[in-house]
Amino acid sequence: MFRPRPDARPATVTVFVEGSEVTVPEGTSAAAAMLLAGLVAMRETAVSGAPRGPLCLMGVCFDCLAEIDGVASRQACMVPAAPGMRIARQRGAREALR
Amino acid sequence: MSRYDLAVIGAGPAGMGAAIEARARGLTVLVLDENPAPGGQVFRSAVACAHDPALGPEVAPGLPLIETFLGCGADYRPATTLWHLDPEEGVLSLAAAGVATEAVARRVILATGAQERPVPIPGWTLPGVMGAGAAQILLKTAGAVPTGRSVLAGQGPLAWLLAVQLARAGAAPLLLETRGTSVAAALARAGIGLLAGRGLLLKGLALMAEARRLGVRVMTGVRGLRAEGAGRVERVAWEGASAPCDTLLLHEGVIPSTHVSRAIGLDHAWDAAQGCWRPVTDAFGASSCPGVAVAGDGAGIGGWEAALAAGRLAGLDAARRLGVLEEAGFAAAVAGPLAARRAALALRPFLDALYAPPAAILSPDDATIACRCEEVTAGAIRQAARLGATGPNQMKAHLRCGMGPCQGRLCGPTVAGLIAEVHGLAPQEVPPLRPRAPYKPITVGALAGSAASTQQGVA
Repeated sequence: MFRPRPDARPATVTVFVEGSEVTVPEGTSAAAAMLLAGLVAMRETAVSGAPRGPLCLMGVCFDCLAEIDGVASRQACMVPAAPGMRIARQRGAREALR
Repeated sequence: MSRYDLAVIGAGPAGMGAAIEARARGLTVLVLDENPAPGGQVFRSAVACAHDPALGPEVAPGLPLIETFLGCGADYRPATTLWHLDPEEGVLSLAAAGVATEAVARRVILATGAQERPVPIPGWTLPGVMGAGAAQILLKTAGAVPTGRSVLAGQGPLAWLLAVQLARAGAAPLLLETRGTSVAAALARAGIGLLAGRGLLLKGLALMAEARRLGVRVMTGVRGLRAEGAGRVERVAWEGASAPCDTLLLHEGVIPSTHVSRAIGLDHAWDAAQGCWRPVTDAFGASSCPGVAVAGDGAGIGGWEAALAAGRLAGLDAARRLGVLEEAGFAAAVAGPLAARRAALALRPFLDALYAPPAAILSPDDATIACRCEEVTAGAIRQAARLGATGPNQMKAHLRCGMGPCQGRLCGPTVAGLIAEVHGLAPQEVPPLRPRAPYKPITVGALAGSAASTQQGVA
């Protein structure tokens, strides 16, 4: 789990993580917003369904894949949190046809 | 299609340095970066975190550099991904905000920086286990620190820096140092650079003293690390001991990001001191491909000051090659950056010797996952190697490792190391993974949108 330090970085951007409101500093990524919302496991893997959290947060590992504003498999660490953004966990393999 | 004299991939110290020099000589310059703001990893969110007492001292040197870069007149495109590069024609295929575009440049400088060396210990796929770099990114971008019991395990300058920064922010971790080289042995390898690098060495010693003063507990000589827990990390164990743990941060140094340089087929050489591959370049970054240079940590780890100097050199070399800087002017202009790079690299042999990665890092237990994307264990890779897979490219066909979304960025070194082990080879004797475009996944929609706009343009 991670906690913000509002004295050093005031939270100003409100997003929705799994439907719950969380306000984060400007410049925070969607992946970081998920961590600040209290999610440790952010997705289930496509192969075995194991819980997984982000490893690198710099665009290398692809372990932070999430559904952002309805689009699946986004690299959440590369997407800056924007007001009203809806961020959701990704479960298992992406379904080809829905 | 937009045309430029020079395209720079990456807006870290090397990329910014290259763009500034090239612009000062009148070249038209495109700078692409995946991140939303310039700075690279070291100066990530530098402007936003300049007033954070946990980070301020380290990001301060980045502020004037970023300001100069933003004012240099380059066409800077943040949040833009390079997904294909044609090095012969200089055609760059880009994606930004879900739209694919192209640009053409007469010369290309890859300034793609570094990534953390993968640390495949048992349990490293558990949620709550992260790279040390990830924790530093959370601190820089969100001001956030781990709660509960955090453990930083590994070695290297960044491990000590992060320990200090977390401690300044009121979240001192337990530091489990895995260093296996004695200071005496590293000093013996340091050579004359130790004298020239004494300023940096003193900075490092001051950092270690600050860590202890701020309450960072340090255990040395740690071996056999593993993360344990049900559904998330709950405990970290090592030979002879264990400790409760809510966040485990791993760090065994950084290695060049060679994804693009490999994909376009540049010559690479094995760097025995740093235990990694690096693109072959001349003193000014020119690679084995005539139109492409590589600058900064992407051409070999040296830290931000060396990267900035290398970027300047590559930018000046671009100006010379494109005919806007004559030889005499070039010789005068490169003297400063060459000296700066020499000074920045003086301590490197000592650091490389002191923090040499443990051999075990390329030889995880059979049950440990080596390929995180496709969830392939080291045991399965050893078995396929025994069945005849000669390199990571064949291993893809056997087991799919390297075919997941990270495209081998995280399993590549481990897979090559395991194949080397089975076949009795040195790691550098195993043919490396050849990444393919798209370098990062791109949606069919983005591609289709690009085709449509092209047709409209023709009509």
